[in-house]
Amino acid sequence: MPERTVVVASEVGLHARPAALFVQAAAAQPVDVTIGKPDGEPVDARSILSVIGLDAKGGEPVVLRAEGEGAEAALDALEAVLATDHDA
Amino acid sequence: MTAAEMTGIGVSPGVAAAPVARLAPPPALPADTGPEPDPEAALAEARAALEAVAADLDARADRAEGPAADVLFAQSMMPRDPALADRIAKALSDGRSTPHAIAAAFGSFRAALEAAGGYLAERAADLDDLRDRAVAALLDLPMPGLPDPGHRFVLVARDLAPADTAALDPAAVAAIVTEEGGPTSHTAILAKSMGLPAVVACPAAAGLADGTEVLVDGGTGLVVPDPEPGRVRRVLDAEARRAAALTASRGPGRTADGHAVQLLVNLGSQADLAAAAAVDSEGVGLFRTEFLFLDRETAPSVDEQVEAYGQAFAAFSGRKVVIRTLDAGADKPLAFVDHGHEPNPALGVRGIRLARTATGASLLDGQLTAIAAAAAQHAADVWVMAPMVATPGEAAAFTAQCRSHGLATAGAMIEVPAAALRASRVLESCDFASLGTNDLGQYALAADRMNGALADLLDPWQPALLDLVSLAAEAGREAEKPVGVCGEAASDPLLACVLVGLGVASLSMAPAAVAGVRAELGSRTLADCAGMAAEALHAADAADARRLVAAYGTA
Repeated sequence: MPERTVVVASEVGLHARPAALFVQAAAAQPVDVTIGKPDGEPVDARSILSVIGLDAKGGEPVVLRAEGEGAEAALDALEAVLATDHDA
Repeated sequence: MTAAEMTGIGVSPGVAAAPVARLAPPPALPADTGPEPDPEAALAEARAALEAVAADLDARADRAEGPAADVLFAQSMMPRDPALADRIAKALSDGRSTPHAIAAAFGSFRAALEAAGGYLAERAADLDDLRDRAVAALLDLPMPGLPDPGHRFVLVARDLAPADTAALDPAAVAAIVTEEGGPTSHTAILAKSMGLPAVVACPAAAGLADGTEVLVDGGTGLVVPDPEPGRVRRVLDAEARRAAALTASRGPGRTADGHAVQLLVNLGSQADLAAAAAVDSEGVGLFRTEFLFLDRETAPSVDEQVEAYGQAFAAFSGRKVVIRTLDAGADKPLAFVDHGHEPNPALGVRGIRLARTATGASLLDGQLTAIAAAAAQHAADVWVMAPMVATPGEAAAFTAQCRSHGLATAGAMIEVPAAALRASRVLESCDFASLGTNDLGQYALAADRMNGALADLLDPWQPALLDLVSLAAEAGREAEKPVGVCGEAASDPLLACVLVGLGVASLSMAPAAVAGVRAELGSRTLADCAGMAAEALHAADAADARRLVAAYGTA
């Protein structure tokens, strides 16, 4: 399964606005995407409550996984969202 | 249709007219009547309720700006979270009723946030709020929490808790009316600090519906539903004139015939310092020092205290600052002091009584050392006073300790009835005294300040409380030592005149109240104030006192 490890760029971490922007982008993808901490359970990337519950802080790595047609493109798009500092 | 006028206790002067928006209480979950006969339809109803909550948040986010808009943006996505709907569907299939399925689904996410701790644990309260909103939408109850109708409104509630008011926008709220609460309630203190007209203890307000236009007079306590437009115009014109008089009000406090009364501000935290110093006052009448000691594991060092006191003395350079030594005890416990178990903390080892213990004595010594050092570095006129003095002996011991630290002006708070009754003896050793009317009322009327059901007994217009004030003020005049008032009583313009009539030399209040008190005082002669005081002392009860004094000079 295609996967990608990305460092959260927003200093506040994956909370509030950065989390909302990420979940919006995940919902727009044609494939299901999960997000998790490297050693933790993956959660549905379209669930804001689950994503906030990960408590991923700024500078921490997270793992994205997707499967099926368009998976790589979806991961590209979501990696770009995570790698942007939305606080700036 | 014109509903009947209603009255409560006016606790923050000013007049406003606007439609009512009620603060609805969180809905109680009805008994679990599950399983639902049609789980599909139940899920659709739950989704519709969540969508209604999300749409309401969207509308708020559109009106908000900056960080608040960002928070609302993320929040509005939560009710639409597909994982939330999945968990509701699961709870429905487990046999829960729809409201309980919604509560269970939010509860499962809440547990995860709470377990994470820190910032996320604080967000758990947001989920509770969303749950309450979703359940309210489902059951067709009013949305709980602060209303946001999109226009200025009169906030009507049973009572307000600190959590309700944290997000209160003074630009959106025209006035506050509560069914319960008293003159020293959280609502009253908040409204005064924000300068919003407020009426409390108005039980008839329970009948006010959202959208009803009301006229609110926070001075007289009058609430008029569906007022005539002509009346609104007249009242608001009068209010505009009052506001103009307030803006024009400047300089030291004095009566119309020039009798000087110092107008001072109460100060309780570093955060309030700049705003308090900017107010046109003669200084600080009550500098509470608890903020340095509460909510921490170890006592602040003398150096840290010198720095903190110094900031206040610098901000009030050239003015008077009355600093009160630590008022802690079992009701305001310190992490680094063993207060023991006290079944009745208001009557326990608090205030100056803490100095009976070795730890308390050393805290007081450190505090006086720091105050003396900070006073030496700055040009404020520093006075020091002890809280909860009950006997002349306690006052004398405190004064002697202040002198040994080189502090020239030492005094006692008079908030225990025994100290008021023997004020002349208490003043023998002191340079001044300050009446803490909130605690003095609590002890004189034997009514717990935390008990809302006794709010009428805690009314600062209680004639028995005014008797004690009168005794202490008279003792001050005979001894030629200033006796002031710090407490909510001083921030009510009419009551302030009564206090002056009783012989009080200074009034210390919330910074926002100074202009109103100065303007009222400036419109009365000292003889007027004495006449108002006589009316209040002869009244049968607090309501009678308020009514007689309000009518003084109009007959």
